[in-house]
Amino acid sequence: MSQFLQQVINGLSLGSIYALIALGYTMVYGILKLINFAHSEVFMVGAYTGFYTAGALGIEGMEQRGAAFPLYLALVVLMVAMGASALLGVLIERLAYRPVRSAPRLTPLITAIGVSLLLQNLGMLVFTPNPRRYPPIIKEVRFELGGVIVTNVKLTIFVVTLALMLGLWYLVQRTWTGRAMRAVSVNLDAAKLMGIDTGRTISATFAIGSALAAAGGILFGLDQITINPLMGTLTGLKAFVAAVLGGIGNIPGAVVGGLLIGLAEQLVAGYVSPDYRDAITFVILIVILILRPEGILGVVRQEKV
Amino acid sequence: MAAPDRLTTKDWLIRVAISTAVVAGIWGIGQGVQVGLIEYVQRIVLLCGINIILAVGLNLINGTTGQFSIGHAGFMAVGAYATAFCGVKLAPAVTAALGTGAIADGVVFNAALLVGALLAGVAGLAVGVPSLRLKGDYLAIVTLGFGEIIRLLFNNTKALGSATGYFGDNPAGLPPYTSFFWVYVWVVVVVLIVRNITFSQSGRSLIAIREDEIAAEAMATPTTRLKVTAFTVSAATAGIAGGLFAHMQSGIRPEDFKFEKSIDMIVMIIIGGLGSISGAVIGGIFLAVTLELMRDLQEYRLVLYALLLVVIMIVRPEGLLGTRELSPSMFKKKAGAK
Amino acid sequence: MRLDRRSLIIALASSTLFGAVACKGGSSGGGGSSSGGGSEIVLGHYASMTGSTAHFGQDTDKAVRMAVDEVNAAGGVIGKKLKVVTLDTRGDSAEAANAVTRLIDVEKSTAILGEVASSLSLAGGRVAQRRKIPMVSPSSTNPKVTEVGDYVFRVCFLDPFQGKVMAKFAKETLKVEKVAILKDVKNDYSIGLSDAFKESFEKLGGKIAVEQSYGQGDTDFSAQLTAIKNTDAQAIFVPGYYAEVGAIARTAERLGVKLPLLGGDGWDAPDLFKIGGDAINGSYFSNHFAPDAATPKAQKFVADFKTKYGMEPTGLGALGYDAAAVLADAIKRAGKTDTDALRAALADTKNFEGVTGSITIDPQRNAQKSAVVLKIEGGKAKFAATVAP
Repeated sequence: MSQFLQQVINGLSLGSIYALIALGYTMVYGILKLINFAHSEVFMVGAYTGFYTAGALGIEGMEQRGAAFPLYLALVVLMVAMGASALLGVLIERLAYRPVRSAPRLTPLITAIGVSLLLQNLGMLVFTPNPRRYPPIIKEVRFELGGVIVTNVKLTIFVVTLALMLGLWYLVQRTWTGRAMRAVSVNLDAAKLMGIDTGRTISATFAIGSALAAAGGILFGLDQITINPLMGTLTGLKAFVAAVLGGIGNIPGAVVGGLLIGLAEQLVAGYVSPDYRDAITFVILIVILILRPEGILGVVRQEKV
Repeated sequence: MAAPDRLTTKDWLIRVAISTAVVAGIWGIGQGVQVGLIEYVQRIVLLCGINIILAVGLNLINGTTGQFSIGHAGFMAVGAYATAFCGVKLAPAVTAALGTGAIADGVVFNAALLVGALLAGVAGLAVGVPSLRLKGDYLAIVTLGFGEIIRLLFNNTKALGSATGYFGDNPAGLPPYTSFFWVYVWVVVVVLIVRNITFSQSGRSLIAIREDEIAAEAMATPTTRLKVTAFTVSAATAGIAGGLFAHMQSGIRPEDFKFEKSIDMIVMIIIGGLGSISGAVIGGIFLAVTLELMRDLQEYRLVLYALLLVVIMIVRPEGLLGTRELSPSMFKKKAGAK
Repeated sequence: MRLDRRSLIIALASSTLFGAVACKGGSSGGGGSSSGGGSEIVLGHYASMTGSTAHFGQDTDKAVRMAVDEVNAAGGVIGKKLKVVTLDTRGDSAEAANAVTRLIDVEKSTAILGEVASSLSLAGGRVAQRRKIPMVSPSSTNPKVTEVGDYVFRVCFLDPFQGKVMAKFAKETLKVEKVAILKDVKNDYSIGLSDAFKESFEKLGGKIAVEQSYGQGDTDFSAQLTAIKNTDAQAIFVPGYYAEVGAIARTAERLGVKLPLLGGDGWDAPDLFKIGGDAINGSYFSNHFAPDAATPKAQKFVADFKTKYGMEPTGLGALGYDAAAVLADAIKRAGKTDTDALRAALADTKNFEGVTGSITIDPQRNAQKSAVVLKIEGGKAKFAATVAP
């Protein structure tokens, strides 16, 4: 029983990270009908920005002295990484996606794959392919409850994910920018006619999604111990599947999907075979797309001629 | 289009004559290549041929039909493993009947390739039937998923060498069946098959599906059946390319068929022009030659490669030829315009 | 009929195009024979300089170049200087075969060095064997590599031996009866090592508590370690590469799994201690050499490498150095660059004093070497035992 609970807790913490990344996919897809393949690399860059920022703030010296990294500095690391990724997300949209926005739908998709490859290979060049240990911007403390081990890092993951999710919900439902985003996602041209600056709204969407991915990147680094330039590929795909599972374009759906994927992956790895932990994600994707393509929380939209 | 004429004996004779001439031509060029070129260049020439088969086959589904697959490396893997495995198992029986030599090798190789194509086609059918109800991005991502699952299955199959890969029972690897002759005979066969499909009644229906699926359906086009057929044929050609690749490499491993391989195939057809057979041919050659020429750039190579893909999509998303075919009349038109 | 002809034209036109491309490449490559008549002897090195295993290629290449520089500084061999040409494999087997073909045909290599990963050495080795150019793999430990043929050599020990070493050490020195295995199923090295360990350990009367697996590049190991925690294993055999091993050690600590980890030469990298930190203390791994119990030659290598590149060499680097040195020595003994003579000289290598110990090439073209077991204490690997073949 304690083993099962342990797997569930680990699965949910992994799932929370997927959820954070999935939000970016779901928001962009909701607005542009584009699978932003480069999102997984934005996540990677976010993790690396956090890595270097913590390094610049002298985390190594503190660790050697046995001192904990102060909380306010940890927040600085988080903010810098989120800011840098937001900028990167906006740049990608401006330079690569905007020029092909009116092209047939496959053109942006291939462009996105190209940007993803480009960032991955640039990452290998700049960050080197060697896996790096993530600096402990939160000093790990362990608790044991009836044979189940929970760390403060895992608790932080739940708290940060929940906080960001609520913030996003507020932003989308209660602010002007959010209203504009929803309008653009329903119909871009009509939104334009209503005087919404669609270019700015799309940029805002990319900025927010990318910032969330960066937060996910830092939490991922803390949870998974190492990062490498290829960390985004599979994680990003799983997060995308989470977005589809929850219903693409649907924000609570992305969260539900993320948690379910994390859980499914961990349980398959623990009780079936770790060899199929990646396969299960794809199996879920295929099954959901065939049985309920609109996802768990999505709504059906009829395509017209 | 006029109703097909009944073929007279004369027509048949002409066909046989042309085929013989082509086969003899390939054989002749092959001899020349073997004598005149160093092995390094020969390898690139073989790789070009394999790329052409991949690109022309993928183009049938991605370009002509407009149903985007980004998981074709999986079908290539099925073909590669099936061909390699069958080749190894068939060889003793065939050599017992025909002795050793080029003829026996040819029989084994082509029989194995056909099995490889068949199994890749079956895999294509199995993937296509459920997936092709989906469209656009969703279809793309599902094919990606299937491609990865196929690779994971090979990775976990002990009889096929798991992660080490499969290279037959001989440590020196699979026999080097893949020669210029066989590669280019298969190039011609695949190009002809795909061409005949593209320019037939069904081919025009496929194009109609690409342009507007709902409208095509309204015109009583059996869209699902046609899409699945195109997908299956496309998977089978990828299987042939896989089989040729396996015997050029003298061994294969799951890592050879990663997502990146599927991306390579997509780059080939995009460079040449989605929907153009001659474009796919050019794209296949281009990729093999450029990647080799750029080898000296070391770690910058893949960065440039990705950058190239993005720039092409922004500057000329229709590729070199668009959906047009390279033909003498194309140049005539250009000359006339001047 | 008309349509048929047009497609034929397309097919023929494209093949002519190839011909043109191919001929251009051919003429720039010149003739086919590799006599090595110039003032330089080319050693072709193929390695993964880019891609996810780039550090393997880069570490090895640095050491290969250092060895060659030293040989050249001492006047070269048989009156000629050595020159290293390195080609990238991207960690891809098709590229590896391409690279070796080009090293032979275009760069006119007298001999080939490479690869680290066994699967790539297999792909490249088949080309070298077919072309009858001697190849020395620095660090491919899979038995199949040298079975490719009589032109393929290596300067490291083999997985079965390494597995046996750790099995013996676990059973006889650590006195453990039950071991859990956590292997990397995407890595033939890891599979080979775990199979060998399992066979030897069971033969010695030990039991395998559970076999778990992961895939190279994975970052989450909590599911596997949670499952291992619930068995009565007394140690975990983790025959993977250092990055994953470091993360596995940390995850194990986090989950309260307090068992020693055992592993192989894939652990050997400074990053193991950076990633694993305190969690990796008390673990053991087999390796090619122990820096603290090293011969003067090895100590000099470590010092020189640090001066030249500003970093610690890894075991892969040490083997790269030895591979190049063995090759240079063989050319010296052969007295000419004739590939058959060179092959014979390589096969004849006896008691060559390398950085990683004394190297003798056996009839199967493998190096007969002893292995050392290192214990990790205070963020450093310390010599624990030597195990002879």
